Amino acid sequence: MPLLNDKIQKEVRKALQNMAGPVKLVMFTQSSNALECEMCAETRALVEEVAALSDQLSVEVHDFLDDKAVAEQYQVDKIPAIAIVGAKDYGVRFYGIPSGYEFSSLMDDIVTVSKGESGLSAATKAAVAKLAQPVHIQVYVTPT
Amino acid sequence: MVEATEFPHLANKYEVYGVPRTVINETIHVEGAAPEPMLVNELMKVLDV
Repeated sequence: MPLLNDKIQKEVRKALQNMAGPVKLVMFTQSSNALECEMCAETRALVEEVAALSDQLSVEVHDFLDDKAVAEQYQVDKIPAIAIVGAKDYGVRFYGIPSGYEFSSLMDDIVTVSKGESGLSAATKAAVAKLAQPVHIQVYVTPT
Repeated sequence: MVEATEFPHLANKYEVYGVPRTVINETIHVEGAAPEPMLVNELMKVLDV
């Protein structure tokens, strides 16, 4: 049974029409293991269903342990993980299943990454340009 | 985004009692909504350390 019903599929299709370029969802799970964690399996099904709704969206599924080099390349240290990659890797990651309100965040992030434009104010851009070192920002959420 | 209930050890480590909770470079914490100017202010603190 699909995770996304007809109504949601329609909404997702519409939201993804705002994409301005190709985006790749790089998903990390434990697919080669018979014991794929419950949320890993669900997250993988979710990204596969979402990706089927736009020609601009593709999915790459990796096994966290077998594809260790790829996980390191994306600096992914836990699963389930989704890296949202556009013309370049802007460092956007989702850890855990993006359900409830976070599903909207996932859609928004896909569209933002496709545009290669953060949409932040000029003042914000000027401020963050002063940062000389990479900064790690984590936002903890719970499913709603 | 990190789903706190799936990674309880991290929720514990970063003292996530309310969400959203934003953690910048392990040391700076913002609880609740973080509007853009506020987040920028917090971000700029990394320049001080």
